[in-house]
Amino acid sequence: MGMKEDLGPDFPGKVIPAGNGGNIVVTSLDAIINWGRSNSLWPLYFGTSCCAIEMMQTGAAKHDWARFGMEVARPTPRQADVIVIAGTIVNKMAPVLRRLYDQMAEPKYVVAMGACAISGGPFFYNSYSVVKGADHVIPVDVYIPGCPPRPEALLEGMIMLQKKIRATNNSTKVNPIDGFDEGKP
Amino acid sequence: MRQEELTIRPQGKTEEYFINMGPQHPATHGVLRLLLTLDGEIVKKVDPDLGYIHRSIEKMTEHDTYRQIVHLTDRMDYLSAHINNEAVCLAVEKGLEIEVSDRVKVVRTIMAELTRLSSHMLWWGVTGMDTGALTTFMYAFRDREMINDIFEETCGARLTMNYFVPGGMMWDIHPNFQKRVKEFIAHFKTKLPEYDLLLSDNVIFRKRTEGIGFLTKEDAISFGVTGPGARASGVSCDIRKKQPYSAYDRVQFKEILGTVGDTFDRYRMRILEMWESMHIIEQLIDNIPEGEIQAKTNAVIKLPKGEFYQRVETARGELGVHIISDGKKSPYRMHFRSPGFANLSVIDHVARGWKVGDLVAIMATFDFVIPDIDR
Repeated sequence: MGMKEDLGPDFPGKVIPAGNGGNIVVTSLDAIINWGRSNSLWPLYFGTSCCAIEMMQTGAAKHDWARFGMEVARPTPRQADVIVIAGTIVNKMAPVLRRLYDQMAEPKYVVAMGACAISGGPFFYNSYSVVKGADHVIPVDVYIPGCPPRPEALLEGMIMLQKKIRATNNSTKVNPIDGFDEGKP
Repeated sequence: MRQEELTIRPQGKTEEYFINMGPQHPATHGVLRLLLTLDGEIVKKVDPDLGYIHRSIEKMTEHDTYRQIVHLTDRMDYLSAHINNEAVCLAVEKGLEIEVSDRVKVVRTIMAELTRLSSHMLWWGVTGMDTGALTTFMYAFRDREMINDIFEETCGARLTMNYFVPGGMMWDIHPNFQKRVKEFIAHFKTKLPEYDLLLSDNVIFRKRTEGIGFLTKEDAISFGVTGPGARASGVSCDIRKKQPYSAYDRVQFKEILGTVGDTFDRYRMRILEMWESMHIIEQLIDNIPEGEIQAKTNAVIKLPKGEFYQRVETARGELGVHIISDGKKSPYRMHFRSPGFANLSVIDHVARGWKVGDLVAIMATFDFVIPDIDR
């Protein structure tokens, strides 16, 4: 019966020994898909400014987000599951961000890290070039406040995203980009 | 491939082609876009396209009061946050004609050198990554975390400190500050030789950097290159020596100058500068004089009419702050002469004729921070 422990305590299913050395796993498709997706989130490093340093710090020795299954940081959108927007989005960058998002394979998630990605942050007033929040460009799943957020805050945000993924109902799930440009929620 | 095989290859004509590097590229250290014209793997032309992180900081300063401007400069060159803050504070203090206390001067210098150390550490880590050595990243960030903890204890923030204000500093240093800094210096003195063992003497790294990407002294001067990139070519341009500010006139340190001006020389400059920074901190850390932490200023600072300029040495070169005041509470115009912008202009000159892989190594040793270039 050691298999359940091998799979980790959060494995969403029941392992039944079949008697001949093999096992039968009983679970629902939703649960096993979400379990897999939430535990291997490959982030796209999209660091435009200061938050990128804290994101690197989260990936490095002391905070080490590999513990939560996010170690394989990808510089290319085609291999990434979640895009971490770490920094300010300016008008010139906005089409590039949208393009990166469109290039990512489904399912894709977006984390807005820091005040700039949430609302423009310190550059909200009197700035002629800053997009006042990345959610004007692409749909955002998790917002992490801070300027920049501490590595612990980023970790908590990523764990929130994992919780969100685990609670997804895949049969009724809608693509967040559908109707986004028309302003639908 | 053997030499004979190379010569019997059909003599085809190669064509120049054009490729985009960035704006989303891990080796550009941010969102810089380089338009490369290549012939095979040889770089023919490098055309930087800026503005992907232009946040209109200079325009915003025209709406803010002088105290509010300081926090914007944190976000400019976020790896030299303390030094940027210091530059603005010194320029405003020059306009107000106030003298800060010795305590403020010494603490500012210690903080600036700690910032330089942490910036160079990060640079070392990512330079290794750019040239294919991922381990350096982990080593550098492990040690960098100690500096972040020191900053957090005194300033309350890890990256964007906003600790210096015109006339002094926000609040006094934490009681643990001196102890923690001494612990860090003792720790890092044993780790810096490890950095050398790991990367500086690595055969692959030496082959990637030695004898590649030369910059002559004359070119460095005419392109306005500053910082370790220029000092590697033998240009003596350290503002800490040329126009000492804060407490730099009371400490002993060497200005590191290179001879060859290749990529490895630029790399070596920063490693040696880290030793000098530690040397500066050691001289000051036990002798922080008592004194006021803030000079008396009005709640709303108004500079007299005129122009004020202050230069400081950040981790990547000379930062100039130019304030034009018309006597109101906000500047009429404020300009930042950022080191990255001038250093970027030389990339085309240095990288021409070298391979694309060399371009990455050359870029790494000029140590660009893109928000500093775009502002």
